[in-house]
Formats: sequence, C-alpha cells, structure tokens
Amino acid sequence: MQNAILRLLTTLVTLFGVAVVVFVVIRLAPGDPIAMMLPPGASEDDIARLRANYGLDRSVPAQFGIWLSGVVQGDFGTSISLRQDVGSLVLGRLPATLELAGLALILAILLGTTLAVIGTLRRQRMAESAVDLWNGMMLSIPDFLWGLIFIVLLGVVVPLFPISGRIDPSLNPDYATNFLLLESLVRLDFRVTADLLSHMFLPALALALPLSAVIAQVLKQSLKEVMHLDYVVLARAKGFTEITVLFREALRNAVLPTLTLVGVQFTFLIGGTVIVEKLFSYEGLGNLAIDAVINRDLPLIQGIVLLFAVLFIATNLIVDLTYAALNPRLRHG
Amino acid sequence: MTLSRRSVLGTGAAGLAVGLTGLPRLAAAQDDGLTIAYNVNLPSFDPTVGPSAVNPTIQGIYQSIFDQFIAQNADLSFRPGLLTDWGWTDDNTKVQMTVREGATWHNGDPVTPEDVVWSLERAGDPEGGNPIQFVWAKIGNFQIDGQTITADVLEYDPTLFKWMGFLTGYVLPKAYFEEVGPEGFEEAPIGSGPYMVDRFERNAFIRLKAHPGYWGDAPDFETVTIKFVTDASSRVAEVESGQSDLTLEIPYEEFDRLREQDALEGTSIPVSDIGMIFINDVEPMNDPNVRKAMHLAIDKQLIIDRLLSGYGVPISTLQTPEYVAYDPSITVDYDPDRAMELLAESGYGPDNPVTFTIQTTRGFKPKDYEMIQAIVGLWRRVGIEAEIEVYEIAKHYELRAADTLAPAAFYNWGNSVGDPSTSTGFTMFGPSPHSVWDGQEMIDMIGPLWGEAYEEKRIEGYKAVDRKVAEDALVIPILQYVQPIVHRAGLTVEAQASGALTAQAIKRG
Repeated sequence: MQNAILRLLTTLVTLFGVAVVVFVVIRLAPGDPIAMMLPPGASEDDIARLRANYGLDRSVPAQFGIWLSGVVQGDFGTSISLRQDVGSLVLGRLPATLELAGLALILAILLGTTLAVIGTLRRQRMAESAVDLWNGMMLSIPDFLWGLIFIVLLGVVVPLFPISGRIDPSLNPDYATNFLLLESLVRLDFRVTADLLSHMFLPALALALPLSAVIAQVLKQSLKEVMHLDYVVLARAKGFTEITVLFREALRNAVLPTLTLVGVQFTFLIGGTVIVEKLFSYEGLGNLAIDAVINRDLPLIQGIVLLFAVLFIATNLIVDLTYAALNPRLRHG
Repeated sequence: MTLSRRSVLGTGAAGLAVGLTGLPRLAAAQDDGLTIAYNVNLPSFDPTVGPSAVNPTIQGIYQSIFDQFIAQNADLSFRPGLLTDWGWTDDNTKVQMTVREGATWHNGDPVTPEDVVWSLERAGDPEGGNPIQFVWAKIGNFQIDGQTITADVLEYDPTLFKWMGFLTGYVLPKAYFEEVGPEGFEEAPIGSGPYMVDRFERNAFIRLKAHPGYWGDAPDFETVTIKFVTDASSRVAEVESGQSDLTLEIPYEEFDRLREQDALEGTSIPVSDIGMIFINDVEPMNDPNVRKAMHLAIDKQLIIDRLLSGYGVPISTLQTPEYVAYDPSITVDYDPDRAMELLAESGYGPDNPVTFTIQTTRGFKPKDYEMIQAIVGLWRRVGIEAEIEVYEIAKHYELRAADTLAPAAFYNWGNSVGDPSTSTGFTMFGPSPHSVWDGQEMIDMIGPLWGEAYEEKRIEGYKAVDRKVAEDALVIPILQYVQPIVHRAGLTVEAQASGALTAQAIKRG
C-alpha cells in the first residue's frame, strides 16, 4: 500500500515536471502562432486583439496557471489551428496510435522471438550468423526508411497494400469507440477488420522491424545463458528434445530481461509513430503532433506531450507489474 | 465439432493472412468516383475564421463546398458567383450587390440576400475572428430590397469586390449556422457549392458528393474522395500505384518521371505564388550599390533550369504576368559585370566581399535551400559573401512581424486575387506587419494608392512603385512558381492560376 501511494505521488510529480518543462520549452521555441495567422493589413490593434483572443497577452506563469487549472478540471484548452477541444482531439486520436503501436509490438515480438529461437536452436552454425546479420540490418535501417521501402515495394511495384490512411473511405463503420480494430473484432465485422489490418500492416511492420531485432538479440543472449543451467541440462537428460527444452524450460526464465526491454521499447515505439504516421497519412496522434508543431498550436502540443508522458508512465507501470507477476522473487517486495 | 487450440490458432492465422493479402484489393476497389491525394490537411471547415481561413493551399477544398460572393476564373479574372452583379455608386459612398436567384444550400434551403448580409456582417465583426475583418468592416448599414443589397461605404477600399473572391470571401448559411452553432457547423458543414460533405475524417480524408441543387454546371464526378497525404513521396506513390487518380505539388523530377508513364498525364501552369528575397533596411543593405549588385548577380533562368527542371518563370517585379499591374517593361537582367562595378564603387570586391546573413527555409518550398545556396555561389563570384541561416517558416513569420529578419531573407508570396495592393502594397508598405523594407519613400508612394478611386490611376501608381522597387532593388523577386499536377490518363484538369485545385475543375475525357 505504501509502495502504491509512493508510486502515485512520484507519477504526479513527474507529470507536473513534464507539464512545466513542456509549457516553458514550447514558449521559448521559435515561432509565434499569432505571427503565422496575421492578415496582410493587420494593424498593431489587430495583432493585440488576436493575441488577447488566444490568451497570449498574459505572462508565461499566468498562462501556465490558467492552463494547469484547466487541466486539473479536465479542460486542456482549445486548439488554435483546429478550433476544437484539445482533450477530445487527443483522446480521439489515441486509439488509432495505440492500435498501430500494439500491432507493431505483436509483429516485433513474433519476429524477434522466432529469430531468437532459431538462433538459439542453431547456435554456432550458419543459421545463427544469418540471424545476427539480419538483426544488424534491421537495426541499422530506421523505421521511416522501412516505411519508404514498403511504400515503394508493396504499394507501388507490387501493389498489395494501401499506402495511406487508416481505413478505406468507402467503408463507414458506425462504431461507438475509435478503437476501430478492437471493436470490429468484437462486432465480428471482419470486412472492416481486414481493411484496417491491411492499412496498418505496412506502417506497423516498419515500426516492428527495428524493435524485432532488439528483441531477438536480447532474447537470444538470455536463452543461450539459460540453456547451460542445471535444470535445462536435467531436462535434456530426461530425454526431452532441444525444442521442447527451449519452450518448456528455458523460455520462461529467459523472457524476463526481454520483457523489461519490450516495455521500454514500446514507449519509443509510440514516439516512432510520429514520422511513420506522417509517411502513411495515418490519422493517429503522431500525425496530429506534426501538424500541431508546424502550426505552433501551443495548446495542442501541450496536450499531446502530456498524453505521451502519461502513456510512458503507464507503460512502465504495466511492465513493472508484469515483471513482478512473472518473477516470484519480486512478488513479495 | 470440437475446436482444438491448434485449429483455432491455425484458422486465425489463415484468416489474418487472407485479410492482409486478399482484402486490400477488395478494399481498394471503389466506385467510379475520383480520388485525389491532396498535399495539405483541412484543419477547419469554417472558411472565414481562424488560421486556416488565410491558408491559400486549402482554398481549393473550400471552393468545392462553399460559394464565394464573387467567383474567379482560371486566369484570375472574376465572374458572377452568388452575386450576379456588384458595383459602387458614382460617388463611391454605397455599394450595390444582386444575389443570384435559384441557388440552394446543401440542405435544400434557398440562398437568400439575408445569408449574404449576415455573412458580410459576421466577417466585419471585430470579435468574430475573421482575419480579414479589416476589409469587411469597411461597409455597413445593409439594406435588402428583393434580391438587391445596398450598403454604406464606411471607408473606401478599391479592392473590396476583389476580396469577395479571395480569402474569407465565402457565403455561409445564416439560419443553419445559427441553429447548429460553430461547433455544429464544424461537425456537419453545409455550403452552396458544387459538392457537399458526405464524410470527414480529420487528417485522413474528406468524401464529397455532388450537390444536386447546384446552380452552376453539374460536376463530372458524383463522388470525390480527397485523401490528405502531406508527404510528397507518399503522394507520388499514391498516384503511381493507382490508389489515387490525381495529386499535386510533387518534386519536379518526379513530375517529369511520372508524366512519361502511359497511364499518367501531367499538367503544369504558373501560379500566383512567387519566390523572392526580402531585403531589410539594415546594414549593409542601406547601401543601394550592394542591393542592386545582389539582384544583378542572380541568373534566375539558370537556377530555374538547373534546380527546378525548368519549371518556373523568372520575374523582375512582384507582379506576375497574370496580375493586373504587371508591366513587362520593368526588367532586371543578369549582369554580373555591372554588379562588380557597383560593388567596387562601394569598396567591395571578390577579395574584399561585403558580408551579411541570408535566411531561408529548407523544404518549405521546392528547392528553397538549394536555390539560396546557388544564389550565394553566384554572389560570391562578384564580391558578396552571404552566410546562410536556415530557419522554420514559423520563425520567419515571427521575425517578420517583429521586423527583425536578417538583412536578406528568402520567402514566397501568394496573391491569387492578382491585385497589386496584395502583392507590392502589403510587401513594401512599411506599416504593414508583412513588409520588411520600411523606407519612407515607399510609404509615401503606396499610401495614397490604398484609397485611390480611379482604377487606372491606382494601377499606374503601383506600376510606378514597382519600377522604383526594381531600380532601387528594395526586394529581389526571383521566380513565379509552376504547380505540377499529375493525374491518370482520361482526366482533364482545368488548372487555376490561383493554385487552388477544386474538385469541379477535374473532368472526364
């Protein structure tokens, strides 16, 4: 209980720190949103009126105080460029990004685990060298470049997949939430599910490949260490096949360091969606963030960054809890 | 039937595989509508308030949905829109406008003179959020008689009716807007234009349906989907893969490559957007020899040919050939020898160069940074050493509004209304927040032109200003941009000199 309260307090302090830093840094960054919307014949009075309309005529501490008191009450302000409530905008986009990042994570885990298992089972052979080579290649090419490669190869040369958007405009799912993929599965609306997956596949794969290489490397190393431990040797002595030993005995213990890594990497994965979403015109949080920065939409930038911070903290918390659940030594403090 | 874990997993994997490989094609199979890969997002639906109202790049979408008071032809000339007739009284104390009969909103209600008056009053309201309020507030006290509207001229502005076909010059539905409010209008906008909004997914796409009650020619396509694809390479892929029928604003080298393909065609015309170098009235720019040498040392055609694949029109003034005050006799030709002579008169040369900073964006406009690099290279040959500083466009606006730009700064300037007041006027008139050169001579020359009632005298006045600007090198115009549009074979596009790509301008055949 004490730990939980301490954790909650730490989280609140972290969020407050993020809010302060973001607020101040954004206002110190070059670019004045009012200057960007000035009409050609604007007088000094017009400029002052515009500035006052957006509350930018007050001091930075005063602006921060107003914004923070709004945030506490659930009011994140109004977007300058989109003229809509920031909270609704950001929460409306979050599901799309979470679903994309989630699919990317699943692909990364599947690919990474497969590679790690192959590399472990065929250690010190050609296959392990091939896995290492593949991992090196995956790591050295950033996600946005993978995106470009996929757009050209699987969008243009062999046009198998759509290369922009989240869903085909001709489909019009009247869903209750913006978690379209999950809701389509719940509703057994597989036409929508397939369309969503086809739109998400290339950006998710672009995000997944570098992460899969990291997972493969760490998991393979862990597996190699575990495969020499006594209980694994005992399992072999009992006559189990190497593959059975690996899956039944070694993997459970080897997966713990990988789990921590996946948690940390997932937060980077969400960050990575910014450029990949732009590349694939995917209507997620990242795409919104780029527009907000270009337009110097201060309330929207603040809302997005704060949400990212919450996501990072929540992800770390989930990882910690999962780690504790899987590792008996941590379960009781 | 019993389900084992293996069979469930196997079926799921097979389903996923089919979904990922087979259904994309099914999903891509759409009706015979038109799909456009558009280069910018649509931030807001109200074309009269907020930052998007003065964003020239999204006016084409607005013009597909809303009617302007006065419509514009492809060559920037004006034609009747929702107003069929307009003009000043002889003494310029009143304006008269006649509202078209038979026009309807997308919900079927008729467009009325009350709608027009309400739109003008709302636009002129200082608290209404219209960025061009300073223009619309110049008329008031509206009177309606049948289809005719009269209003008092509170401050004479010769460009008033031109603004009615320009930024924020849109007619919105009074009754509907008051019923649903601004938020409701954003959710479900209606206009009186050729297309109505069928579905909108922010940052993703907008789907339009033809307006059956449109007063003008019916558009060729029943449905038009505009995908917002802001990345240029993705737009190229969209049109090359056939997932979109048309795209615009792509790199010129890609434009040339794509138009060579059998299935694709290209359209390119010069548009009302120019690239120029602002000159600030700070040292060393207060030396006229330096400014003139800067201009004379730039081989504009060479830059266009080498960097823009020939797509561009060299210009010597802030007027393009389509603008009403264009004067072809004002030219500043490439003359590096004369540039060196001028610099020598001020004590500068290749061994003793004049130095300053030039600011530019990188990637905001086609080859902007590369053009400045080339210009700096040309300057170096004659004795000008400029250091390039790259900044974001937001920073440019901030510095320009504060009048703290570097001695030289590259920028682009659009003027789809084609009037000299919105090019030379706002660019060179010191008190304007967009002007950079604040010399008194320009203020004295341009000041009287704002309210000049005689059109011929006003235009001649601006030509004189342009001549003076060119002679004294107070700004360095570089080129008029060309807009590349690539589309599938079988389409024709009536490209607009304004640069606004409307859905109704795309036709079959």
